[in-house]
Order: sequence, then structure tokens, then C-alpha cells
Amino acid sequence: MLKFWNTSVGKKVVMGVTGLILVGFVIGHMVGNLQIFMGVERYNAYARLLQEDIIELTWAVRVTLLVSVILHALSAWQLTRRSWAARPVDYALREAQVSTYASRTMRWGGVFLFVFILVHLGQFTLGWTWLLPEYAKGAAYGNVVLAFERPFWVLFYLVAMFFLLLHLLHGTWAVLRTLGVAKNAAEPLARRIPVIIALLVTVGFSLVPLGVALGVVR
Amino acid sequence: MTGTMNITLKVWRQAGPTAPGKFETYTARDVSPESSFLEMLDVVNEKLVLEGKEPIAFDHDCREGICGMCGMMINGVAHGPSKLTTTCQLHMRSFKDGDSITLEPWRANAFPVIRDLVVDRSPLDRIIQAGGFISVPTGAPQDANALPIGKPEADEAMDAAACIGCGACVAACPNASASLFTAAKISHLGLLPQGQPERYRRALSMVTQMDLEGFGGCSLFGECMAACPKGISIDFIKRMNGDYVWGSVSARPEKTVLTSG
Repeated sequence: MLKFWNTSVGKKVVMGVTGLILVGFVIGHMVGNLQIFMGVERYNAYARLLQEDIIELTWAVRVTLLVSVILHALSAWQLTRRSWAARPVDYALREAQVSTYASRTMRWGGVFLFVFILVHLGQFTLGWTWLLPEYAKGAAYGNVVLAFERPFWVLFYLVAMFFLLLHLLHGTWAVLRTLGVAKNAAEPLARRIPVIIALLVTVGFSLVPLGVALGVVR
Repeated sequence: MTGTMNITLKVWRQAGPTAPGKFETYTARDVSPESSFLEMLDVVNEKLVLEGKEPIAFDHDCREGICGMCGMMINGVAHGPSKLTTTCQLHMRSFKDGDSITLEPWRANAFPVIRDLVVDRSPLDRIIQAGGFISVPTGAPQDANALPIGKPEADEAMDAAACIGCGACVAACPNASASLFTAAKISHLGLLPQGQPERYRRALSMVTQMDLEGFGGCSLFGECMAACPKGISIDFIKRMNGDYVWGSVSARPEKTVLTSG
């Protein structure tokens, strides 16, 4: 196990597997969030389901996600260090040929997403009042509305979703190649399904702050 | 014949592996668009020699695009602007009069500069030594058709075997990763029946050696594939990763043989 972890391919595989778990989570989380458009009772009942009725299952998921995020970030950090060390003297000039903007922003975009996750948890799960002064436990719907009545938070979440879009555009495409399960392709850099997944997830998420900002959710 | 052109060259000059390097500017006058890139450098070097200066050192051998010796960063692109070619097969018609061209050696920790544009690519040789071979007991050769190989498999193996080890994949990779090289060398053997017995051990040992040499990991940017003069696909990296994972899962420790003798 340790031998596997110690190679660049091993770390990348760990990053890929944990990434897949996180992709599964964001899809589920996005679908769950959309229930906010079905009214306050429905949304708060959904929150109660997760936080009370099936709290054991929720904790199992939380622990899995926490371990995944830690391993995902740790492997990314170590591989980044390795790649920085692999080119100590940089080119005066190097022109990117085919790499996408998404692939080149994985590292710093990932750091931003990590910060976003902390803020997001603090705001809606842990109830840090310096992030959301009016936070009320159990009032999931109200908390969301209160947060997104502030343009700053709408903007912050939309920027985060932009980085999530980029992260998913590259990640969902690269993961099948990292794990060695993709099929050979005439144009291996072409991506279709990853674009659909990335757009569905980020647009779905963005509908919530936009819904509050536009007054659809009140 | 079209008119000749004048080109400004900004060239990385470095006297030795530990010497500090810097860019020097030269002017290549009356360059024929029909000349190859290396011929243009030859002319610049002849002039430098006549002036009693050190010529620009660059690697080259066959000048037919098949040996893998030549290679440099030309305006930030490995092997220059022409796709699917080595530096020697790049021609001056790809440039125009008055152009300025920046020349740099491959930059990677694993590829120390020997002089000017020449780098030491022996880490690639050591990756091959780690497992890029098949073990064949000596004896009479088999009948050629004793091992049936399907056409698609043979084609794919040949696509991987097209690698000439020039190092452009490492040079173009933002991570300075040798994944495309290593993957091609793992795959061209692993796709054929002769390479099966050692397939997974080969992936394990070559990947381990690749890491030991100080190359970066693969982020699947795709830059290597665009730089490769032989157009080797990043699908081989996917195959290497698959072989590596399966190799790790199925690896067995070697048995120690105990005998009474």
C-alpha cells in the first residue's frame, strides 16, 4: 500500500478515486438543494431527514467525504511539489498548445474550492455567526434566503461554481484515464460527457443563490 | 526560389552543467526558406567559428527525423511550430523575414544542461533499463507466424513503438513528466504476446524508475501529445496507469528458494 502511494501514478490514482467520490457527492448535493424551489416545508423536511432521521448515514457520508477531501488535497499537494521540483529552471518562453484553461487551473482552483468548502460548511452547517449572523439552527430554508439576500454571497458562490465547473471539466475527463479505464479514442482530448456533467452540476447549484437573488425563492 | 530572410536568434548559452547560462542574440542573414532549421544553425555556427567564437552546441544525428537526438524549445514550443516533426525536419519556410526566434534547451531537473542547447537525456535510458525489454532465452528463432498477433494489436504496438526518445514530451509538459515516453515504452511491449509475461512487473519497475529520476507526475494536460514528433497518443498513459494499478494489485513477492544442497 505504502509503495503504491509513494509513486506518482499511485498518488494520482488516489486523487482520481477520491475525486470520483466527490463528484458523486456534488451531483447528489445539487439535486437535493434544488428542493428549495419546492417550498419551505419540503426543504426543511429534507434538512431534518439528513440531520435527524438518518443522522447515522449522514455521518458515514461525512466521514467518507472528509477522508476523500483530505486524500484528494494531500495527493494534489505532493504531486504539485513534485512537479515544481521537476523543473527548477523554467522556460523564458513556453506556449501552451492543447492544454485547456480548466486543466491549468486545477491547482489554484482546487485551493479556492477548499476555502469555499470551509466557508460553506461554516455558514450553513456549523452556523458560524461571523459568516451568517442570523443563522438559526433547523431553519435551513431561512438560512439560505438570509445568506443570498446579500449580493456578496451570491457573487462568492457563483465564483466558486465557476471554479467547480473548471475543476469538473478537467477532473471528470481525466479520472477515467488516470484509472486506466477509458477507451482508446481517435481524439483523446475531446470531451463531451464531462462537459455535460460539469454544466449540469454547476448550473444546478447556481440556481439556488440566483433564485434567492432574483426573488423566486423568498 | 523565393528571397532569403534575416532572422534574429535569441539563444540560451551555457558553457557547462554548472556554469550560469544566459541568452545571447545573433542574427542569421540571408537564410534560405528551403534550408532546414539545423542547417540555418550550421551557417550561424560557421560564422561564429570564423569570428573565433564558440559555436552554439546542439544535439543532432540523423537529420531525418528518426533518431531522436535533436530537439530544442523553439519560441516556447518543443521542436518548433511544425506539427509531427523533429527539429531537424523543421524548415525555415515555417518562419518569415524579420522573425525573432527564442531557442532554449529542454528544461527539466532530470535533463541537466550539458552545454547550450544540449541536455543529458540518460534518465530515459535508465527507465528502459528498469524494464523496457523482454527476457528471451537464447536458442533457435521461432517461426515468425508461431505467435498470431491481431492487426489492431500490431498497429497499436507499432504506434507506441514509434517513440524515438527525443524527450519533447518531457520538455513540453508543464510538470516535466516523462509519462508519455514511459507509457509508450511499456505499451509497445505490453501489447504483444512476447511482452505478456513481464507486463505488470515492467509497468511497476519502469514507473518506479521514472519517479526516481525526478520527473513530475502526469496531469493529463495533453501537451506531450501535441509536442510528440511521432504523434504518440496519451491513450498509452491511460494504459500505463491501468497496467500499474493491476500490477500493484496482483504483485507477488518473489519466493526465496530453499534447498538442501
